[in-house]
Amino acid sequence: MAKKLESEKVGAVLIIGGGIGGIQASLDLAESGYKVYLVEDSPAIGGVMAQLDKTLPTNDCSMCILSPKLVECGRHLNIDLLTYSEVLGVKGEPGNFTVSIKKKARFVDTAKCTGCGVCAQGCPIIMPNEFDEGLGERKAIYTPYLQAVPRTYAIDKREERPCHAACKEACPIHMNVQGYAALIAEGKFKEAYDLIRSTNPLPAVCGRVCYAPCEEACNRSQLDEPIASRALKRFAADQIDIESYEVPQITKNGKRVAIVGSGPGGLAAAHDLALNGYEVTVFEVLPEPGGMLRYGIPAYRLPKDILSRDIGYIEKLGVDIKTNVEIGKEITLEQLRQDYQAVFIASGAPRSLRLDIPGEDSTGVIHAIEFLRRVNNREKVDVGKRVAVIGGGNAAMDAARVARRLRAEVKVIYRRSRSEMPANDEEVRAAEEEGIDIIFLANPVRVITAGGKVSKLECIKMKLGEPDDSGRRRPVPIEGSEFIIDVNTVIPALGQAPDVEFAREAGLKITGRETITVNEATLATNIDGLFAGGDVVTGPAMVIEAIAAGKKAALSIDEYLKGETLTAKSDERALQELNEDEIVALKKRFGLKNRVKSKQLKPETRIKSFKEVEKVYSVAAARKEARRCLASQIEGCFECRECEKRCEADAINHEMQDEYLDINVGSIIMSPGLDEYEPSSLINYGYGKYPDVVTSIQFERMLNASGPFHGELVRPSDKKPPQKIAWIQCVGSRDESNNAGYCSSVCCTYAIKQAIIAKEHAPHKLDTTIFFIDVRTFGKGYEQYYHRAEEEYKVRCVRSRIFSVEQVKNTGNLLLRYAEEDGTLKNEEFDLVVLSVGFQPSAKGVKLAERLNIDLNKYRFCQTGEFSPVATSRPGIFVTGAFQAPKDIPETVIQASAAAANSSALLSSARHTLAVEKEYPAEKDVSGEPPRVGVFICHCGINIGGYVNVPEVKEYAATLPNVVFVDRNLYTCSQDTQEKIKEKIKEYGLNRVVVASCTPRTHEPLFQETIREAGLNRFLFEMANIRDQCSWVHMHEPKKATEKAKGLIRMAVARVALLEPLHKVTLGLSHDALVIGGGVAGMTAALNLAEQGFKTYLVEREKELGGWTRKIHLSLNGESPQGFLKSLIERVEANPRIEVLIDTVVVKTDGFIGNFKTTLASENGQKQRFVEHGVIIVASGAKEYRGSEYLLGQNKNVLTLSDLEEKIIGSPQEITSAKDIAMILCARPPGKNHDYCSRVCCTVAVKNALKIKEINPGANIYILYKDVRTYGFKEELYTKARKEGIIFIRYSNDRLPRAGSIDGKLEVVTFDPILGEELILSPDFLVLATPIVPSEGNEELSKILKVPLTEEGFFHEAHVKLAPVDFASEGIFLCGTAHSPKFIDETIAQAQAAAGRATTILAKQQLEVGGAVCQVNAEKCKACLTCVRVCPYDVPYINEDGVAVIEVAKCRGCGVCAAECPREAIQLLNYKKEQVIVKSQALLTPIG
Amino acid sequence: MPSAEQFEPEIVAFSCHYCAYAAADLAGVMRLQYPTNIKIVKLPCSGTVDILYILKAFEQGADGVFVAGCLKEGCHFIEGNLRAERRVERAKNLLDKIGLGKDRVEMFFMSSAEGGRFSEVAREMTERIRKLGPSPIKGG
Repeated sequence: MAKKLESEKVGAVLIIGGGIGGIQASLDLAESGYKVYLVEDSPAIGGVMAQLDKTLPTNDCSMCILSPKLVECGRHLNIDLLTYSEVLGVKGEPGNFTVSIKKKARFVDTAKCTGCGVCAQGCPIIMPNEFDEGLGERKAIYTPYLQAVPRTYAIDKREERPCHAACKEACPIHMNVQGYAALIAEGKFKEAYDLIRSTNPLPAVCGRVCYAPCEEACNRSQLDEPIASRALKRFAADQIDIESYEVPQITKNGKRVAIVGSGPGGLAAAHDLALNGYEVTVFEVLPEPGGMLRYGIPAYRLPKDILSRDIGYIEKLGVDIKTNVEIGKEITLEQLRQDYQAVFIASGAPRSLRLDIPGEDSTGVIHAIEFLRRVNNREKVDVGKRVAVIGGGNAAMDAARVARRLRAEVKVIYRRSRSEMPANDEEVRAAEEEGIDIIFLANPVRVITAGGKVSKLECIKMKLGEPDDSGRRRPVPIEGSEFIIDVNTVIPALGQAPDVEFAREAGLKITGRETITVNEATLATNIDGLFAGGDVVTGPAMVIEAIAAGKKAALSIDEYLKGETLTAKSDERALQELNEDEIVALKKRFGLKNRVKSKQLKPETRIKSFKEVEKVYSVAAARKEARRCLASQIEGCFECRECEKRCEADAINHEMQDEYLDINVGSIIMSPGLDEYEPSSLINYGYGKYPDVVTSIQFERMLNASGPFHGELVRPSDKKPPQKIAWIQCVGSRDESNNAGYCSSVCCTYAIKQAIIAKEHAPHKLDTTIFFIDVRTFGKGYEQYYHRAEEEYKVRCVRSRIFSVEQVKNTGNLLLRYAEEDGTLKNEEFDLVVLSVGFQPSAKGVKLAERLNIDLNKYRFCQTGEFSPVATSRPGIFVTGAFQAPKDIPETVIQASAAAANSSALLSSARHTLAVEKEYPAEKDVSGEPPRVGVFICHCGINIGGYVNVPEVKEYAATLPNVVFVDRNLYTCSQDTQEKIKEKIKEYGLNRVVVASCTPRTHEPLFQETIREAGLNRFLFEMANIRDQCSWVHMHEPKKATEKAKGLIRMAVARVALLEPLHKVTLGLSHDALVIGGGVAGMTAALNLAEQGFKTYLVEREKELGGWTRKIHLSLNGESPQGFLKSLIERVEANPRIEVLIDTVVVKTDGFIGNFKTTLASENGQKQRFVEHGVIIVASGAKEYRGSEYLLGQNKNVLTLSDLEEKIIGSPQEITSAKDIAMILCARPPGKNHDYCSRVCCTVAVKNALKIKEINPGANIYILYKDVRTYGFKEELYTKARKEGIIFIRYSNDRLPRAGSIDGKLEVVTFDPILGEELILSPDFLVLATPIVPSEGNEELSKILKVPLTEEGFFHEAHVKLAPVDFASEGIFLCGTAHSPKFIDETIAQAQAAAGRATTILAKQQLEVGGAVCQVNAEKCKACLTCVRVCPYDVPYINEDGVAVIEVAKCRGCGVCAAECPREAIQLLNYKKEQVIVKSQALLTPIG
Repeated sequence: MPSAEQFEPEIVAFSCHYCAYAAADLAGVMRLQYPTNIKIVKLPCSGTVDILYILKAFEQGADGVFVAGCLKEGCHFIEGNLRAERRVERAKNLLDKIGLGKDRVEMFFMSSAEGGRFSEVAREMTERIRKLGPSPIKGG
């Protein structure tokens, strides 16, 4: 049964969070034989570390050390990066979980995107850049930062919109109004027009006559006035010469569609169908196309040439418009059905409704539609001097205004009042301006004629009665109120109706309203293949509604003719109004601005002709108006598709949908990281109010060379370099009122770092002051860093909590009020204030924990045990990094490797089951062949091709020596080009390849892989970087850039000819491990390795296991250290794979990674033993210092912390009877080697003090301290101690406490800086927190293993930040207090980490070494020792033959020895002298 | 002698893989423009730069050479950049002795995040060499 369960384990691990913790865990596991899925919520991995400028305490460039890890992670065969993804839930059990993941649509195809950034250049949307913490800007299509991995763009389409684009929803065809507004605002008019065209087939028409429902819905109208979107559309249309506008290539599909009617509906359908490849014929009864647009709307609103041009473009798409054809007469609907596969009826509503009064048929009565048609048809119409227009709709207004232009006096007679008028308000106003008299509440009753012509009109006055079906109040005649007016012409404009006789004849169903019956969702009629829409279906409606119907019909007809089922085309989108809060916020953000009015002809001018009344916006006016659009400024991507047009890789896909996937893994590691504390709520600090109060993470970005200010140290408000900067510590930390009663652990040291870096940035005098409570520089090397900051860099540190920050009126400087330690109140001005914000548990992490059912602690960080630092409450799920507790980068990296080790131990039976190893074809032997070079030159879309003349470069490359083939590609990195390269290698017998494209730093491995797949050695390859280092940096000098590209290719071709195949050597290795030290660290490491299946020798010099922990009795959180230790020893001793060797020391170690040989000695060297092993873990521990300071060893009542602990446990009665106990923290001996922080003592002292209080509540406890360093959640103990009355008295280095003894009675004297006087204490016990010092054996061990020590005598890791458990010598690791003082949980994590790192070697079947490494020519070597001296890794040695030897397995390939060797006896392979020199030679003195 | 305006110097830049070359790439990503006169030869570490490479480049007709490595204290190979600096110093002395002048060769330190710094160095070196005029070795 157990066996079956084992076999069910899944050899894959899910890692959540792509910060440094997630990256490290991924790399460790992928290198240990597991498949890894790395899920990251944002578009790229890197986390907070990618945002940092420099790292402490070495001031390394953060990106420099992170970037290689990012790249490694990005291209690792066994790591699947799932960026822009989130975990939704987990099912299953340890060893076999099923995880459901949502991959958010990034709208960019990761497989196709090359990261060139051309898309972002075209994007008009500028948004605050989160990566720069809001100090910089980015586009809606973006990559979080320049070095991002993967370097794939993503489009930010906001799910939560502060301003919802109501215009788009309100528009019947959902025009992207905010899109074209944004483009117009940017001055991109052609692009705006393109966007309009993509939905609207008649832009110039709609830009003039649309009644713009978008404007009615516009959110801005809730602030001031709506955006003038119609006028903006017209502006865009008027910038374009439609006659020369490009016509797309259309592939005809051979199917034919007939459309009845050439009004807006018919034209829209024709347009869309033609674009889809249909052959469209439009039948129009009148002489010219356009329907009501031409014959109904007067020219002063829509000039006829504008209409003709929009229609002309539709004809250019291949639409055939046949005019003067009446359906039912010239051709029947039945006939159309036979000749065409589908028919769309859009015959409009051309019939006028009658007045039905006496005299209506007299000469001089002309219906509005007829009247307008004749005028628009340029027929002469004599209306006489007086005209009466009957009706209140838009047709009435049009007729009236046309009649006015025919020089008549015009009266409009309308039966209701103004507010019921159906005509558009602007139209009514324009009519009145033009002198048209509107008689309200009147109705004609009789037309009176004289001489056969109209002469008078009798009307009756009306009043409003009850509301009718339309909701308007019904007009009722007032009896006896008749009146007569003189008229020459009466124009009834009561409304229109469709003419459906021809449809009825054909058998179509007709409604009672004389319209065609259709399925509203599809516009299909009752006859197969016949569709109808627009006014003929709805009755008279707006132009844009007819267009919408045409577009809808086109979609349905397309489906119909493809034989698909017709789907509903829903037009309705719910409109959402802004709520009050949103309006207030928007008003505050954008201010009030009325719309920019478009100019109009004066009424007296306009009635003289049919000239267009409204003028187009000027460029300035249009851009100004467009900038009023709120949505375009805050909504993220609005799909203007500029990116799509620019992307030559065809990587953009706006239709992309979220994907959901389930993956199967054996374990899970959570590394969701941290949120910085948001300090706006601490109003007294002025964050968010004063621009020059910034957070520490913002300051990081300000310092960064690729940050918002390009690394120039200036303050945000005026971009001037600051002279005085203040840091305020503990913002959002050590603050119980904000549920942040913990210490964020890192802020003190990062503030010090920032102060140092700021000083380095500013060559002028810069004052830096850090206001702190306690300086908590407890990390390895941090205390020394702090002292250097004060002494060398003159960073001022002031012990004070700041009350408030206020702005000084005239200068904008910031005034800080604070109290000095002695209580003196101070005011001091600074010109920049940095708030050192603390860590909050990541909100995403909290959400994740809830989904995964993981326990959180009271601050909502992940709950872990005191002796299981990376295990969550759910077995099989581990945690690392700042989500477990606030911590710095090395601690995070340690926990990451520890979590990897735990996962690996859980899944070791499934190791190598899912991780893949690639197999390659045999390598071709090219030795002796003359070079045959193939050159592949990349256009990189327009990135190279737009600036470098690639065809010319190609021709040139063909002339270079040894070149037998040259090709150029749009994207050389695309998958199809890889196949092409392989083909060409075979076809032309190529034995060397050059790719001229981007940077080898990211792309060399890809191309090397390709040529290897084609059977060529990877090293027979060279790249010419003609993009990053040529076309991009010489964009304005295309000729010179082309010449440089030629030069770079010439150099690459020359070098590649000299390159030789190199082979990694595979070595066998021992899968056993040697762990030195049998304390908690060594035992934990050994146990993890053994659980993973590796035989481990555990060497302990003492006679029993346990180390220092044997002396620890009191825990921090209630778990028992001794209980833990006992069970650990039992597990170690019981494990068959661990061989415990007590009373044993290491005497000698030879060999290298994978192949170490060690001699061990026991029983005082009497017995020797020889072991072979693949790795070494150093866990040799540390000890408590015991000197003679403060009477230690002289007075029996002076104790160390461990003495005290033993006494509390061993003879508590001594403690319970004590009245006064004093403790001195930092009881260090003098001397520089002790000038470091021992990290644990403050907490241990507080822990013990609390224990004393527990067993002896009456005791007075005095703790004398310099800084209380109870970091992380240990702060709670300090808080508790103060609450329980333990007295803390500070002392400083210049006034150390003194201890004396009078008659055996202790006396301690210390200076209290608050009281300003000396205190004398007479304690029963004096407890000293003496430092933790290195083990005695360290020095010897360091010599045996050839690994370095720090000045203080602890072991020195390979890299403080990113290799905290590795030594520079490969295969050797360290952990526990051998590294530096630390707590048990930290020791356990580090021990597991060391085991995890060691696994990356032990898990390998064989080691691959060599390649581009150094090689000694024994004949030339004179054993001068230069190489031995210069090698940074101590690799070379002189062998018995007196010749230098460089072990292939140890060499890192830096080539320093080769460069320094006086006899040129050493060569760095792949960079041999001639292989380097040939490059400058090819550049400067080209041959051939 | 052509005027400083017309003279286009050829400058070889030996750059380390981890920082300077990465900084040059970043200058590209940031589209920071600099003159075309700089051509980079990538090496694993600035410490790989043999003094011979510098001297050979001048012999072959370079007008200027610079070596660019990681920030001091920040070398990926611990202190290759400091060794390179010393070699550049030696090259300067040699160039001075043979009359080329020590200013034609220079050592620079930069981090991989300093795209701006690389382009600045490229501009600075081009201007400097333009002022110094063509190398007397060239064509001679």
